[in-house]
Amino acid sequence: MSAFATQFKEQARVMTRDLRHRQLIRTALRNYEIARDKRKAAFQDWQAARQAAAETKWEAVNHLDQHLVELATKLESRGTKVHWAGTGAQARDIIVGIVRDRKARSIIKSKAMTSEEIHLNEALEQAGFTVVESDLGEFIVQLRHEAPYHIVFPSMHLMRGEIRELFQRELGDAPSDNPEELTMVARRVMRQKYIAADVGITGANFAIAETGMISITENEGNARLTAALPKTMITLLGIEKILPQLDDLALFLPMLATAGAGQPLTGYNTLYGGPRQPGECDGPEEFHVVLLDNHRTVLLADGEQRDTLHCIRCGACLNVCPIFRNVGGHTYGTTYSGPIGSVLTPHLRGLQDWKHLSFASSLCGACTEACPVKIDLHHHLLQNRRNASEQKPSFFERLAHRAFAVIANSTALWSIGKKLGWLFQPLQRPIKGTVLDPARAWTKTRDLAPIARESFKDWWRKRK
Amino acid sequence: MRGQHMTVTLFIPCFIDALYPHAGISVVQILERLGHKVVCPAEIACCGQPAFNSGYWAESRAVAVKVLEYLKDAETVVIVSGSCGAMVKNFYPQLFANTPQAGLARQVATRVWEFSDFLVTKLGVTDLGARFPAKVTFHDGCHGLRELGIKKQPRALLAKVRDLQLIEMTEAETCCGFGGTFSAKFPAISTAMGEVKCASAIETGADYIVSNDLSCLMHQQGLLSRQGSKLKTIHLAEVLTGK
Repeated sequence: MSAFATQFKEQARVMTRDLRHRQLIRTALRNYEIARDKRKAAFQDWQAARQAAAETKWEAVNHLDQHLVELATKLESRGTKVHWAGTGAQARDIIVGIVRDRKARSIIKSKAMTSEEIHLNEALEQAGFTVVESDLGEFIVQLRHEAPYHIVFPSMHLMRGEIRELFQRELGDAPSDNPEELTMVARRVMRQKYIAADVGITGANFAIAETGMISITENEGNARLTAALPKTMITLLGIEKILPQLDDLALFLPMLATAGAGQPLTGYNTLYGGPRQPGECDGPEEFHVVLLDNHRTVLLADGEQRDTLHCIRCGACLNVCPIFRNVGGHTYGTTYSGPIGSVLTPHLRGLQDWKHLSFASSLCGACTEACPVKIDLHHHLLQNRRNASEQKPSFFERLAHRAFAVIANSTALWSIGKKLGWLFQPLQRPIKGTVLDPARAWTKTRDLAPIARESFKDWWRKRK
Repeated sequence: MRGQHMTVTLFIPCFIDALYPHAGISVVQILERLGHKVVCPAEIACCGQPAFNSGYWAESRAVAVKVLEYLKDAETVVIVSGSCGAMVKNFYPQLFANTPQAGLARQVATRVWEFSDFLVTKLGVTDLGARFPAKVTFHDGCHGLRELGIKKQPRALLAKVRDLQLIEMTEAETCCGFGGTFSAKFPAISTAMGEVKCASAIETGADYIVSNDLSCLMHQQGLLSRQGSKLKTIHLAEVLTGK
């Protein structure tokens, strides 16, 4: 078992016993489900919309080379500098380089999971810059020196009282538990940061090839300020964020809002086409777009799991996942948690180190059902398991499956097996659930179903 | 009526054979009462899902190939489990892709029915004259629900059972955390999921959790028994043979 797997299992053991966490997440996600279903019902045909979205992303991903060139060409034609980063390290170097060249001191940032993926904040801080997250949820987890709990709701694991205490401790100001008042505290702090910042860094929700535009959706207006106030704007995005046409947003914006947060549309939807043009009165003087590969082209080459690149990072699969709900986002130890994280992380960070996430699933398929772009998530978990076991089989597990095959394929052995099980099961009762019990993994919390004295096949044989 | 005097090949999954023979017996009784001839090949024990879900596809094929061999000539196959049904129907074609059995796997898949789906969709039968005086809640097994699209069929059958009251639970479609080897590999997560499920079932005030998937019920019953709960689990077929 990899160190990551051991850590995951240990953390999962702690979190699954945390009933306060269970209740908190369950309540939050129950409210999300109600809102989501209401918004889904507003679509004329949600299933048809999913199909259309999947087809659009299929086109985008299967002609990614053409769409990317089109995007870059259009962006450059309006004075944007486009950078291509093959790896996370290259992207970090590019961004640190831009910041350093501008002799910047402070940086304001809006929400970007891609930046979490490449550990951008750490790189910038190591290079001596101050980075402030401007998304309220991200701002909160940054104050706690924590990774986001959820790709869309970074601080959903915190109660308002905890946020009040945090603000009191870190900002010296927290009038009450009232969310509005707490937001005003964060806003007062952040406004100063926007004004002081030399560089603004954003992520992207979509990149429109046809028009060469970056589409960002947000609920707080913080990405707009991040993009508009500092002299230099940097946008970091994965190459899979492409949408071929501007019209595609007509589907994807409501779909992202619905699946992600149960909203009809996200509060602010902005398209960024380039730096400030002659005659314009606002916008950044410079606009840099960093296009990140970081193993995405490996997925592109994988015919079986290419649809993973359809992902619009809405978080719908996390929200419905019973594993996520019980272990929580931090337990994964990954940038992307939940089903999409379990599928993706082995590709991004190594199959053998991260295969445990693909095994940590009951394969219930709630994720696949929820995915607005129809990624075959739970079947990809099966494929990851197959690839992991083929590449590096466990000696004992393979032996067990081979032995089982021999027994199951022999009518006599199967029959003897059942008889032996029936005979010996009374011996297990006194040691049930103890360290002596070979079935302890099950019996520690659950009773075993008794083996019947007369099996179905015994009955059937007698009857004939 | 469609499908009169059919020969139905019954696939009794390994755990039903060993742990829940009564569910299998109830299925035989129901099918025979409807006038069908039931055959049950003694040579098949398991569909091969444990190895398949663990990533050991070659070991899974070693078991599954036997299933294909004995179901080769069956006109209609009924499987008493949504999960094993999904394995044969949906996953065999993948498991045997690019092997000599690829064609056979695809053919057999088209002839496989989960028990409740067979009664309602194939035979068009919902009223089996059963009586079951109890309050029940229904658990949708994930494989039956999401791989095979079975949701209405068992409810249509339960609706015709005399003196039965169905109370839906909030978490009807939420996984109970069994997941085969998952339950032993990640017992803490599996147990937490089961607790959520059982709490939702208990909330309804029902006497029984009914399902068309006994593997899920094995998990839920295991938890309920350990908790000392009075709530019981029972397979749909046993409800449908109630008098």
